[in-house]
Amino acid sequence: MNNSSTTQSAVQIPDLGYKPWCVRNLRSRFLSVLAGLFAFLSVLPLIAVLVHILIKGFSSINVELFTQLPPPPGGVGGGIGNAILGSFIVTVIAALIAIPIGVGGGIYLAEYSTGRGFSQFIRFGTNVLAGVPSIIAGVFVYGTIVSTRILFGHTFSAIAGGTALSVLMLPTVVKTTDEGLKLVSNDLRRAALGVGASRFVTVSQITLPKAFTPIATGVVLSIARAAGETAPLIFTALFSPFWPNGIFDPIATLSVLIYNFSTQPYDVQNQLAWAASFILVVFILMLNLLARWLGRIASK
Amino acid sequence: MTSTSSSEVPDPNLDTCISIQNTTISYGDFEAVKNVFCDIPRGQVTAFIGPSGCGKSTILRALNRMNDLIEGCSLKGRILFDGADLYAPEVDPVEVRRRIGMVFQQPNPFPKSIYENIAFGARINGYNGDMDELVERSLRQAAVWDECKDKLKESGNSLSGGQQQRLCIARTIAIQPEVILMDEPCSALDPISTLKIEETMHELKKSFTIVIVTHNMQQAVRVSDMTAFFNAEAVEGGSGKVGYLVEFNNTDNIFNAPSQQATQDYVSGRFG
Amino acid sequence: MWCSQVNGRNSNHQPTPSGISAHLLLVLRKRAGVRVRFRYLSASRVTKIKARYLLRSRPPSEKLVDGSFKNLVVVMASMVALVLISILVVVFWGSLESMGRYGLEFLVTSNWNPVDDEYGAFTAIYGTLVTSLLALVIAVPLGVGTAIFITENIIPKKIRDVIGLMVELLAAIPSVVLGLWAIFILEPFIRPFLMFLYDDFGWIPFFSTEPLGPGIAPAILILVVMILPIITAISRDSLNQVPMKLRQAAYGVGTTRWGAILNVILPAAISGIVGGVMLALGRAMGETMAVTMIIGNSNVFSWSLLAPGNTISAMLANQFGEADVGQLSSLMYAAFVLMVLTLLVNIFAQWLVKRLSLKY
Repeated sequence: MNNSSTTQSAVQIPDLGYKPWCVRNLRSRFLSVLAGLFAFLSVLPLIAVLVHILIKGFSSINVELFTQLPPPPGGVGGGIGNAILGSFIVTVIAALIAIPIGVGGGIYLAEYSTGRGFSQFIRFGTNVLAGVPSIIAGVFVYGTIVSTRILFGHTFSAIAGGTALSVLMLPTVVKTTDEGLKLVSNDLRRAALGVGASRFVTVSQITLPKAFTPIATGVVLSIARAAGETAPLIFTALFSPFWPNGIFDPIATLSVLIYNFSTQPYDVQNQLAWAASFILVVFILMLNLLARWLGRIASK
Repeated sequence: MTSTSSSEVPDPNLDTCISIQNTTISYGDFEAVKNVFCDIPRGQVTAFIGPSGCGKSTILRALNRMNDLIEGCSLKGRILFDGADLYAPEVDPVEVRRRIGMVFQQPNPFPKSIYENIAFGARINGYNGDMDELVERSLRQAAVWDECKDKLKESGNSLSGGQQQRLCIARTIAIQPEVILMDEPCSALDPISTLKIEETMHELKKSFTIVIVTHNMQQAVRVSDMTAFFNAEAVEGGSGKVGYLVEFNNTDNIFNAPSQQATQDYVSGRFG
Repeated sequence: MWCSQVNGRNSNHQPTPSGISAHLLLVLRKRAGVRVRFRYLSASRVTKIKARYLLRSRPPSEKLVDGSFKNLVVVMASMVALVLISILVVVFWGSLESMGRYGLEFLVTSNWNPVDDEYGAFTAIYGTLVTSLLALVIAVPLGVGTAIFITENIIPKKIRDVIGLMVELLAAIPSVVLGLWAIFILEPFIRPFLMFLYDDFGWIPFFSTEPLGPGIAPAILILVVMILPIITAISRDSLNQVPMKLRQAAYGVGTTRWGAILNVILPAAISGIVGGVMLALGRAMGETMAVTMIIGNSNVFSWSLLAPGNTISAMLANQFGEADVGQLSSLMYAAFVLMVLTLLVNIFAQWLVKRLSLKY
């Protein structure tokens, strides 16, 4: 009709439209949907577990749960007060052992090591220790502390359980301390040394405070992991239907309680296992959110 | 190799503070700077100039054993501070650094308040006088008092780059070292901050011996009494360059009547 | 004498620069508004001030603190190595008796009989390998697919972040809680499917027994849940590290999104992903609680995945506490086997990550 259309007829207008039925686009869309499906399947278990814990556990939350002892097999009522207290005690023991040693080891790696020889071996060992199955930590503590009765003749005890958990926490704490300190700029170290500070003063007053939040984040996460561990406790801390009786005697923990009660054929016990799961998961998720919050502070 | 020996120091009346004697510094197998002789006079500003990679910063860091922090760094020869060998085996590098302070290329205040930035070093050095007075005096001497007298409790990082660098100088003054080493203290700063720091240096040399590494020749001219010119040359068979001291003399002589052709070329901007 | 030097010098000495005019300098100074005021310190005052620094020479106590701190952290770092070596020694020492009695036959015989004091760990070793490997087969596509989904911009970033967060939180759920969930929810839920496998594919040895509750199949599924977060997290990190320029290069030559992902991005990230998969394998082999609670703990060997079975770690969890001496040694032997397997996998994973990383 007009001028432009005649000239354009000679040169083909390129067709740049999206062709939904072209093979490559079909394939691309299929794979996107597939990846989405996989992602959905991956989050499904979390939702399912959380929903079931909420339904089954939340209904039995009451005051007795926190204040009473578990009932004998076949009995009714009761709570898990001893296990809550016991989990707390064992986790604190583990933290008291693992945090100082782990932070010290991390300080060595980040501040003193040469990156060769001994320190390379320690870094490697930390990674390997992190991969040791948790049940092996239990076997180890059983072999060194429980069966040898090295602690004043006591066998199964809260302190043995705490030691086993600390073996699992140790590599995490070492790694987070090492990495946290490495994030501190070398300028700051030089500044402190430049005014005549010793290594000890530099680390304790300058670099360690500066790296506090990343280290705290990692430590909180490792505590959260330790609090939920069961395998190392089964034959170190064992279990006890009574209130904790000092740290040299067997002690009840939430995780071992869940394990024991879930396999018993009594509804009351099963119900208590769900309630214990609810409390444990809430506690652990709260620690995780705390760690996340710490991490966010650090990035600001 | 055209190293000047110590006998060539032009003014024999000047008292030597640090004497670098036939010093060679290597990183691993690689020699960074070689056979340096240099007597740094007391109460003066000595500038180290030269092209990149000539080892001037390496030599400077050797003067208060900051190179100890670098993996694989080793030193041959002697560095005497008031006659004491800094690299004798029984010497404690921490004590060396308490007498020979350092200001770094990047301003690096501690993540503490401005007040604490000053007080930290003084406390480490066992200062038992009036801390408030010391903080004020140091900040005044570093010409940064007016800018931060109202916010001594705020973080050192809240200052601008130039102010931070002067805070770092104040921090160094506060430990009352004999010598202050400055490793390109103005390279990260704008011209006005640079000028302020140069002003500060003019006043500081009344109380301290200052050694400054600078890339900026005009800065060397403006602030220094003595200038050492370093250069680097390719080593036969080696991959890198090795630095050496070309000429050490009064700043006037270095810039107006250098005895070496290389110095002449460099100060007139023909290379580097 | 230090002070006399200072006073003796002409403080106005300033070399006339050849390169810069004094006038320009003055102008600059005025513009900068620099007015430096000093309190000039008298010589005696300086000496007095210097005397106030009491620690110019470090007292022995300070050196002692410094030195002992270093020794302390060295000792603490050595603890890591010490613990690792002691674990190996304790487990190896404990298993010596059983090793002497059964030798390598322990690994291939499947009678586990505390009454007659006869032990062979093949059932548990088979269980460990088959559960962890099959779990891996399922978890790798799911995990890598999820990682791709949350690193490539297929959907808005907010939703991706939520998915990422949920996968990370899944990793935080204790294994014993997952075990509880598997007993009461998962296993009853999947039993009809397993029944279907038995009814229609019973002629295959792997599906040749009737599913009657706990068994290897639900154990595999719960292991998938446990290792998915590891695979997803490490794959996501590896994919995020692929440099942007590589993506741009791929899109620049006109590939589709998935063309770029499959041909360029995944190959670039493969080292990290494989490393993550190996770490997950190590975790799966050592995983204890959830598996113990759902696998059935049977020492009777069966090829069938629908039958109850055992893994090394489940066997340890079940029997270690109340074992007598002979059984204990055999359990230690089994623990030693598990330890060696996981160590090999972990060391291989570390080597792989180190070896293949930073090669784009």
